[in-house]
Amino acid sequence: MFYILALFLFILIYTTMTKITYKDQQGNSKTIEVENGLSVMEGAIQNDISGIDADCGGSMACATCHVYVEEKWLDKLPKAEDGEVDMIDMAFEPKKNSRLSCQIIVNDELDGFTVTTPEKQS
Amino acid sequence: MIKTDVIIIGAGPVGLFAIHQLGIKGLKAVVIDNLDKPGGQCIELYPDKPIYDIPAVPECTGKELTDRLLEQTKPFKTKFYLNERVEEVKSKEDNWSIKTSNNNEFIAPNIIIAGGVGSFEPRKLSLKDTDKFEGKSIFYSVKNKNDFKNKNISIFGGGDSALDWALELSKLSKITLIHRRKDFRGAQHTLEEIRKLEKQGKIIIKTPFQLDNIEGNEKIQSITIKDENGKSEKIETDIILSFFGLVMKLGPIAEWGLNMDKKNISVNPNNFETNKKGIFAVGDICTYPGKLKLILSGFHEVALASVECFKRARPNEKYKFEFTTSSKVIKARLGKK
Repeated sequence: MFYILALFLFILIYTTMTKITYKDQQGNSKTIEVENGLSVMEGAIQNDISGIDADCGGSMACATCHVYVEEKWLDKLPKAEDGEVDMIDMAFEPKKNSRLSCQIIVNDELDGFTVTTPEKQS
Repeated sequence: MIKTDVIIIGAGPVGLFAIHQLGIKGLKAVVIDNLDKPGGQCIELYPDKPIYDIPAVPECTGKELTDRLLEQTKPFKTKFYLNERVEEVKSKEDNWSIKTSNNNEFIAPNIIIAGGVGSFEPRKLSLKDTDKFEGKSIFYSVKNKNDFKNKNISIFGGGDSALDWALELSKLSKITLIHRRKDFRGAQHTLEEIRKLEKQGKIIIKTPFQLDNIEGNEKIQSITIKDENGKSEKIETDIILSFFGLVMKLGPIAEWGLNMDKKNISVNPNNFETNKKGIFAVGDICTYPGKLKLILSGFHEVALASVECFKRARPNEKYKFEFTTSSKVIKARLGKK
């Protein structure tokens, strides 16, 4: 009985978590299981990933959760809305693959999703 | 030296409601904020964006919320010290003394820190040497237009500040407006004006370009800008004006000896006092088990902190809990009959 329960729990947790990798400019890399439905920013904050500040708490108002998305994942994300692109204008060293991590919602499709944090956020 | 009952640091929604909660208890306060107007993040980050979780207010914008709070605090005639940052906090017998960036000094038995995520400051350029030129050839705001006469000015940014100043200063100087993408987010009618001037050769627009290098020793001589594909261009420049919005910096708060948890101040959730007697922290800047960074949480926090402030400011009086609906004393303080 216990084993069945444990297996059930394992499957439940396994299917609702997605592996997200956070890299920094020094080449350090951390892979975290983030709960589906959370943002890539929240995954970082809850797991003490340095390099993402998120001063405004995810209201798309500060550009301090700015990340560079690995090229191959760019097309797999919903397009950034105008408000997000406007905020990225303010970010430190924006590039073509810049996104705000508070606007990327984790789901099964993003398994292995990788972002690099900029040298600094502000 | 200005003496008062409570010094409120931060004029955001929670700092403003502090005036009210202290005022109905008969306490005098002053408010200090680094921005040029009250409202904090509500006014600086989302004046036009809707807020849906203020009790009994189904929907209002950051600007509307600020205006209503200012209206609510009017009876208390509280003095605001704006464009000032608190630099120093010192204990003086049973009081706290504070010194601001404008050299104003205040003394009070209580300080309420309603500082949000810290004070707003312009987001600075991050190339090396930019510090060296700051205030001489690199500016983040325009104080006196006449300092920007007959110059080669390169303006960076895509928002209203960048567009407005490009338009305004084009009457006095040669302007190059540089932005990292083709679209500008500033007001369309300003952009149309600028496009007109571009056609007449009065303003040069460079997109999609970002700053790559600054050349010059004592003064800036030129700058190099680069596009996404690495193509670069040199632009003769005397002055750089950079408008990349504001960032929030905790600033000197971190050095006041308060117990901190990351960027937040740890408080006792019974009265929102910090580890220093008489210094309170409320709103986004404070933390305790279960803390939620909501405006409504800040309102609750400051209501409780104001009771403790009363006890410290009026040690010989007994605190009496009263309802605004029925208390004659409170009604008199609010100017109601």
